[in-house]
Amino acid sequence: MAEKKDTNWQKLIEIGVPFVWLIVLFLVPFFIVAKISFSTALIAQPPYQPVFDFFVDGVAGTIEKIKGFTLDNYAFLFSDPLYINSYLSSLRIAAISTVLLLLIGYPIAYGMARAPKSIRPMLLMMVILPFWTSFLIRVYAWIGILKPEGLLSGLLIWLGVIETPLAIMNTEKAVFIGIVYSYLPFMVLPLYASLEKLDNTLLEAAADLGSPPIKAFWQITLPLSIPGVIAGCMLCFIPAVGEFVIPDLLGGSDTLMIGRTLWNEFFLNRDWPVSAAVAVLLLLVLVIPIVFYQNFQQRQLEADR
Amino acid sequence: MNNGLSRFNIVSLTLGFAFLYIPIVLLVIYSFNASRLVTVWGGWSTQWYVALWNNQQLLDAAWITARVAFISASIATVLGTMAAIALVRHGRFKGRTLFSGLVYAPLVMPEVITGLSLLLLFVAMGVARGFWTVILAHITFAMCYVAIVVQSRLLSFDRSLEEAAQDLGATPAKTFFVITLPIIAPAVVSGWMLAFTLSLDDLVIASFTTGPGATTLPMRIYSSVRLGVTPEINAVCTILIGIVTLVVIAVSIATKRAQVERDRAERMAEQGGIMVAANAG
Repeated sequence: MAEKKDTNWQKLIEIGVPFVWLIVLFLVPFFIVAKISFSTALIAQPPYQPVFDFFVDGVAGTIEKIKGFTLDNYAFLFSDPLYINSYLSSLRIAAISTVLLLLIGYPIAYGMARAPKSIRPMLLMMVILPFWTSFLIRVYAWIGILKPEGLLSGLLIWLGVIETPLAIMNTEKAVFIGIVYSYLPFMVLPLYASLEKLDNTLLEAAADLGSPPIKAFWQITLPLSIPGVIAGCMLCFIPAVGEFVIPDLLGGSDTLMIGRTLWNEFFLNRDWPVSAAVAVLLLLVLVIPIVFYQNFQQRQLEADR
Repeated sequence: MNNGLSRFNIVSLTLGFAFLYIPIVLLVIYSFNASRLVTVWGGWSTQWYVALWNNQQLLDAAWITARVAFISASIATVLGTMAAIALVRHGRFKGRTLFSGLVYAPLVMPEVITGLSLLLLFVAMGVARGFWTVILAHITFAMCYVAIVVQSRLLSFDRSLEEAAQDLGATPAKTFFVITLPIIAPAVVSGWMLAFTLSLDDLVIASFTTGPGATTLPMRIYSSVRLGVTPEINAVCTILIGIVTLVVIAVSIATKRAQVERDRAERMAEQGGIMVAANAG
């Protein structure tokens, strides 16, 4: 494109406006979170004061008053096993869910990629459609199915498979089901994208050379779909670690996840500095996978160009 | 990749789609249940829809949510499209790594962190929280989704059309509105829809950033769900599912039609180009 003066103006606006927006509303807030995590909370807040009055007066004033930084909030996080356990349990639940997602999502994506070209757009649409419907609604739908007097127990008792209602609701199992259900499109779509690009002649060549289909799958299809596997796992694992809605609605009171702990710390205990410290530590835990994911996306983008 | 479906493929597709759709279908069916108990079938009834119509709190929340989603999706689409153009077209500008990081990070950032950090920003700036802070928050994460959707369309488009327009003397702005925008329009529309439904759907970020008088529908649904499953909430959910399904189907038909017309226009343009070249030669 010819370099003209107005091109430069246009370029400046196209980069500048979204850039400034994201810096102000996405990057700067993290520094504020970090700053508040180093400050002390006001002691002796009336616990039942209306929440919004407190939001407006209490903390804005607090933030102003506090000058010295303190590591008390972090010391507190490490002294109370609740927080450490929430971190570890979030990572564990997210990791197990991601493996389950991969095991369930891969055959679906594989089936889609092998389907006749004419019906692929329809299959794709069918995977995307549930993603458009509300996340909250989809999690809510499982409550009616999983609870002891719910539809699943009712069906299985009617069929004579079990005699007493299933105890899935309010356990970790329900959280796994909820995460797998809600995140499945995020796993299937990147897998499908990489499987669909796969050059069929490679598989034909393998077959001509006498390779059985299963061996061809392990030696050709699977290795070539690794970018999709990585993208899918990252897209599921990172948000799942900080998940709040699913453990809150489907998990029991003993299902610890850090997103839920942060929410309770903020909305129930109203301890802003501690919830900020929880957020900073969560971010530190996730920064490695996030940076990895970004570099990966960038490389994919360059490769597609 | 296409060598027909094996039995294994068919079974995994069937089970996969059953898993995806059965919970939603059950929810819809049970919204027409006459019984108050969600798990006992008491015959067909539309009484919960009637009850819904008389629930002023829910209707107010729905109206607020619809306005928030419409405004935030529209602004997010403009900003997201700009971000996509910046990423695809402007090569290696200063701060590009930071910029692309800022575009990709919100996609995977846990919502509790985004929500908390935006709230603390609004408090630090002394902004009164409510309707507009929720909109600001929704624009911020939705624009990144729009950017990703539009970016993939920009990557797969033939730049020679733009170059031709510029060679013929069109200004960059005119080239954008006459050539680029119509071509990326399907992606821009689906970006807007994605932003709209993300905003419609959001519970966590809205809970952090809202204030008095701006309770959104997901917040109302959430607080009722915490008290237990009710047929009334099933009815709200069914209506939302219905709206989203209709919009998605309508837009996909519209984009398909647009695609067909564009292909025809491109073919005609090509033929026209050949004729011009033949005349010139």
